[in-house]
Amino acid sequence: MAFLSLSKVSKRFGDFAAVDGVDLEVPRGAFFALLGPSGCGKTTLLRMIAGFAQPDEGIIAIDGAMMNGVPANLRPTNMVFQSYAIFPHLNVFDNVAYGLRKERLGKEALRARVEAMLATVRLEGLGARRADELSGGQRQRVALARALVKQPKLLLLDEPLGALDKRLRQAMQVELRALQKSLGITFLLVTHDQEEALSMADQVAVMSGGKILQVASPRELYERPKCRAVADFIGEVNFFHATVKSIDGDSVTANAGVLGLVTLPRANFTFPFAPGDHILLALRPERITLSGGTVAGEIIAASFLGERSHYQVKIAGRAEPVFVASPGAAPQGPVMLGWQPESLISLPFE
Amino acid sequence: MKSLRAYAFAYLAFLYLPVLFLPLFSFNNSHFIAFPLSGFTLEWYRQLFADDAMLHALGNSLEVGAVTALLATLLGLMAAKAVTQYRLRGVGAMLGFISLPLFIPDIVLGLSLLLLLGVIGFPLSLAGVVLGHLTLCIPFAITVLIARFEGFDRNLEEVSADLGEGPWMTFWRVSFPLILPGIAASLLLTFITSFDEFLLAYFLSGTEATLPVYIWGQLRFPERLPMVLALGALILVASVALVILAEWARNRGVEKKSIGA
Repeated sequence: MAFLSLSKVSKRFGDFAAVDGVDLEVPRGAFFALLGPSGCGKTTLLRMIAGFAQPDEGIIAIDGAMMNGVPANLRPTNMVFQSYAIFPHLNVFDNVAYGLRKERLGKEALRARVEAMLATVRLEGLGARRADELSGGQRQRVALARALVKQPKLLLLDEPLGALDKRLRQAMQVELRALQKSLGITFLLVTHDQEEALSMADQVAVMSGGKILQVASPRELYERPKCRAVADFIGEVNFFHATVKSIDGDSVTANAGVLGLVTLPRANFTFPFAPGDHILLALRPERITLSGGTVAGEIIAASFLGERSHYQVKIAGRAEPVFVASPGAAPQGPVMLGWQPESLISLPFE
Repeated sequence: MKSLRAYAFAYLAFLYLPVLFLPLFSFNNSHFIAFPLSGFTLEWYRQLFADDAMLHALGNSLEVGAVTALLATLLGLMAAKAVTQYRLRGVGAMLGFISLPLFIPDIVLGLSLLLLLGVIGFPLSLAGVVLGHLTLCIPFAITVLIARFEGFDRNLEEVSADLGEGPWMTFWRVSFPLILPGIAASLLLTFITSFDEFLLAYFLSGTEATLPVYIWGQLRFPERLPMVLALGALILVASVALVILAEWARNRGVEKKSIGA
């Protein structure tokens, strides 16, 4: 049985279904990410798990215990808020110690527990600082320590790195991931930043319009998206309309219009199909080569990004350019676009 | 630029010189309020503190002021919390109506309250004065406290719940310390408003006089005038001190020193 389990959970605000019949299973000890654009319902879902909102329908269970109707202060969850919400009238030590009042620890035990937690998030010696004397990264760590010191079964993180600058964000991604692995607490992260979700989480659920589109490992999401919205949301992608022509054993031949006749492994289809069906083929920019291929094109824009370059390639019969990412310098003159058959991702036509 | 500065000084002089006459003549060794000053004396202050009627009126005013301040702040606290926490229909109109007594002339307000208390058979008393003062003080309390409630992140209360505290402990450990400066400011402002108020008290106090009503009564006796000036000077000093204290409390940020660690 899953550690956190949501069954048919819905939440409406007036006529608007913010969360629409969500089923979700999060295994114990996982680093799980809810990824989606803003307004997709992911924060509402998180707030229902934390107990700040009640679902209109459906069941939320944590570690086998039903959570519906249980107020936030009695749930085995703790949350790191997007705004961090550090208590401004308390110093760092008292912020972290806030949730330990009910445990009735002795003065020394309390101090030891808080100091150990401060050390874990690398804030040793800053206990006496006030909230307004902390940097953004330190505030983030205080919020994290304040939640983790309660030793929750489930830690909820609402866009925890959103307010940090890029360098700090990347450092915290690595740190959060290491912390989760060493503590073994189940983390549920909500983010709109796909890089954040892919780099930290073991499992990612992609949400859109209040529904969960796909739950998979980061690699699988990238390489085997189940629908156009997921492929589009995770990384850059080129879409081509195609019609299935024939199926020969393990390989499928399709007429992909401007790309001509293409073949791809049957395993790249995650849905039932038959010859004559319209499908959508997705091709990642970094899976396209600029030479030795079969489709003639011309580079109309290039940008150098250090370890690789991005190109926009115009091909005959297609209005929008094809995006290509390739290491090294661009060849001069016309290019011949190519790809490996298994790089073609097949998606249902919508 | 120069003329502007001169104007500013003239303006301040016009505002404050008359007020400064009070303490000045309260130390003057003569019954007549006229220059030149004839000599320094503390006689009026001595008479003042020997005047039992005055002390009784002072006691009444302190009592009315304290009760009014506590009630207005308590009611204002509940209203401010409701207004800032929930999305209520017609909040704007409601706050407007609550503030209306501030814009009704006191004489009209005093008369209508006098009539109302008469109609419902409520005896003219200090309790009546408290009711009258509440209509003036509650808008102040609400305004001060709403500003304070709006000044802090609502997530703080959710964090407290998330960390295991119920609504009461959350109020006690988070909301209350954060709005404490607002509560202090509200108590002081409403106290001063009540303490200095004359018209409503004059209409509603019946046989018990508050201090302003007592002072008004004393003005009929010319020989008592220097004593009234001494009293006025003391009230002036106390009021200014309280207003400064209230402003200090109101503006004090949340940079309160923590207790632990």
